[in-house]
Amino acid sequence: MSSDVLHAVTNIFRPASTPAQSIYTLSMLVLAVCGAIFLTVAGVLTYTIVRFRRPSFDIDREPPQVYGSNQIEIAWTVIPVLIVIVLTMATARVISEVQNRRPSADAMSITVVGHQWWWEIRYPALGVVTANELHVPVSAPARPRPVFLRLESVDVAHSFWVPQLAGKTDLIPNRSNTMWIEPKVEGVFLGNCAEFCGMQHANMLLRVIVESADEFSKWVSLQRQNARRDHPGEQIFLSLSCINCHAVGGTAAAGLFGPDLSHLMSRQTLGAGVIPNTPANLRRWIRDPQVMKPGNLMPNMQLSDRELDQVHSYLLSLR
Amino acid sequence: METVGHIEVTRTEADWTLTGSLHEWLVTVDHKRLGLMYVVSALVFMVIGGVLAIVMRAQLAVPDNTLVPPDVFNRLFTMHGTTMVFLVGMPFLAGLANYLVPLMIGARDMAFPRLNAFGYWIFVFGGLLLYFSYIGGEGMAGHGTAPDVGWFAYSPLTEHPFSRGTSTDYWILSITLTGIGSISSAINVIATTLSMRCKGMTLARMPLFVWLLVVVSGMILVAIPPLTAAQVMLLLDRYLGAHFFDTQAGGSAVLWQHFFWIFGHPEVYILMLPGFACASEIIPVFSRKPMFGRAAMVGATVSIGFIGLGVWAHHMFTIGMPPAANTFFVASTMLVAVPTGVKIFNWIATMYGGKIWFATPMLFCVGFLFQFLIAGLTGVMLAAAPFDWQLSDSYFVVAHFHYVLLGGLLFTLFAGIYYWFPKATGRMLDETLGRWHFWLLVIGFHLTFDTLHFAGILGMPRRIYTYAAGRGWEGVNLVASMGVVFQTAAILCFIWNVVRSLEHGKEAGNDPWDAWTLEWATSSPPPEYNFAKLPEVRSSRPLWDIKHPADPDWKYE
Repeated sequence: MSSDVLHAVTNIFRPASTPAQSIYTLSMLVLAVCGAIFLTVAGVLTYTIVRFRRPSFDIDREPPQVYGSNQIEIAWTVIPVLIVIVLTMATARVISEVQNRRPSADAMSITVVGHQWWWEIRYPALGVVTANELHVPVSAPARPRPVFLRLESVDVAHSFWVPQLAGKTDLIPNRSNTMWIEPKVEGVFLGNCAEFCGMQHANMLLRVIVESADEFSKWVSLQRQNARRDHPGEQIFLSLSCINCHAVGGTAAAGLFGPDLSHLMSRQTLGAGVIPNTPANLRRWIRDPQVMKPGNLMPNMQLSDRELDQVHSYLLSLR
Repeated sequence: METVGHIEVTRTEADWTLTGSLHEWLVTVDHKRLGLMYVVSALVFMVIGGVLAIVMRAQLAVPDNTLVPPDVFNRLFTMHGTTMVFLVGMPFLAGLANYLVPLMIGARDMAFPRLNAFGYWIFVFGGLLLYFSYIGGEGMAGHGTAPDVGWFAYSPLTEHPFSRGTSTDYWILSITLTGIGSISSAINVIATTLSMRCKGMTLARMPLFVWLLVVVSGMILVAIPPLTAAQVMLLLDRYLGAHFFDTQAGGSAVLWQHFFWIFGHPEVYILMLPGFACASEIIPVFSRKPMFGRAAMVGATVSIGFIGLGVWAHHMFTIGMPPAANTFFVASTMLVAVPTGVKIFNWIATMYGGKIWFATPMLFCVGFLFQFLIAGLTGVMLAAAPFDWQLSDSYFVVAHFHYVLLGGLLFTLFAGIYYWFPKATGRMLDETLGRWHFWLLVIGFHLTFDTLHFAGILGMPRRIYTYAAGRGWEGVNLVASMGVVFQTAAILCFIWNVVRSLEHGKEAGNDPWDAWTLEWATSSPPPEYNFAKLPEVRSSRPLWDIKHPADPDWKYE
């Protein structure tokens, strides 16, 4: 499926979404203007240092002493002012284009909450809660589907940055920010937390999975299924302190401190993107999360081998 | 002693030398000794901060590296940034101002010599306190932890729930102390220039170097107090249960950002203007022409000072400000480019038509002009708020401000050291080693920081202790780390040059560069009282007037 394509290189100059595209267009204008200024000034400077290098003869005579010229000063003040006015107006236009976009009545709205060091993702209208991987439908020309994100934080400042989809916006505690994306291409887009947020800031990774409308609704209905399982490991899981931090829908596990595990195995990665979500990695993670992501807030739970086996096999059943 | 024209020039052997007992140095209130102590301390801290950077680049050279664990890495970049800004940039400028301002305006010392010594020692204790945290600090990981919250220490990461122990307190207190030092030295520079200029030195005839340092000092007086206030508020939060920035009790994380950056952006110009000051003295002398558009340079400096106070929120384009606020800060930030551009144009115009002598000081100035031009233009890119939404907090920003502070400031400071070393020591620095120093630094600087722009464009955020393979960041990071080898070699060349030249350097004489400002009218090194008889000037280039009695400047000014 085209939604499996991993866009691993997050080049800001390869936009795949409307706001990123608007920024890209402005960037090209700014780059062109700055490039032209650079070539002009660096050209004059190079000419000057080559042409007016002190000759080996006639060292003692001083060159003509020139003190300045008001006309020239005015010229090279006014021209930059004009350039600045043009750039400011072009910039203001894009600011408005990106920031003044208002959601239509049927637009999808998702809440992203920053935690040290993972992302809580909530779809209030759909009743879906997940973590670290944002699923959104692709926006087709026939059916534009912009997605509006409400950004909050429970602890310190973070920043949501998926370069190919939009510029970054901070998640700040006690404050609610908004941004929007409108991905035009299917696939997996990577991003990072872009505001230093403590020990494991580096491994607070993001993925946005852009899928066709069908795939997206299939994903939603899977996420809405009851996570309740007839699984022998469930009782063990519920009897351990896992449930202080983690939730599994339909069970007594309702912790809010760590990622929701209801459909853990439908996710691609563990530990906010630090390792692929394979059964072997999951087992290593449960045994001691501090090995793969030192300093993260999930302690080594000191499970016995039997508990580890049962919790592992229970979590594997949460699809 | 002899009299040339109307200035009496000291020709005697210097009765003030670099020697003297340790006690004499510790209790000195002489502006020249304090100036040298400031500069040497700044260079020592620069080497320490540089070593931190070497470790960071080693860690980032390859993906998934485990050389440095995350907590240690976070301390490295926090200490590197804090050191370079507060313990290198600020004391360096204080050192230059101390050493040169009285000499350039024909005074015998600073206005408040004891305050001067106080400012130096409080800075030294601030710096030592910061580094003592590596031994005495207490953090999450136990004893011996340095601050790890980043040099702009965004709240609420600095609040007790997220930063336990004392490492953040070390940061707060040492920054506050160095701030007191900076304010005392700023007051001193302003008082000295306002009240102690020699006969005939009107403000219009004051050397550009002095003009720029007066503007810098004014900016320090405006910019440091908000920082100090914020530090005190943070301490109140941490120890007395105040809730200024404590979001869990209703405080504001954004408030800290405003306080910090209303200090932090003027701070960038505070650091940069002394570099401009060096360039404005050196470029004319080595082009053999007066500064083109002196009045325009002063005007541009003053307007950078004023506009620079109104651009701080361009560090905060990503916090979700409303479009009108974003647009205001776009406009004000881009406007700073105009006076900055005027300065670059004036320097080039000074060289144009001159006879440029590429001695080491001038080499560094030309390197500065090219690199600062690029730094300014990437600054314009960052000023375009939507572009900044992509580039902010990425390696592009890291590359940009290292272009400003290394490619711009450090190059001009080296130019200044090569230029005034003969005055301060009586010996020339070696030209050959100087050229090695320059070219190695140019190569290393460009290998490291040109490539880091591309890391940012490829989406690499700053302050990450490692990154996974496959995201396209491997090549640029490896090249950037290799550049560090050249930069290190350059600094070693420089240190060797200084050590060697102190003993074996060529005798400098009073005026080795055939220059025009008053510091070259006295002996090298100058006597304790600077001038046997206070000079009297009639133009902004008093020594030109003496050397060219038939064609003096004062006829045209």
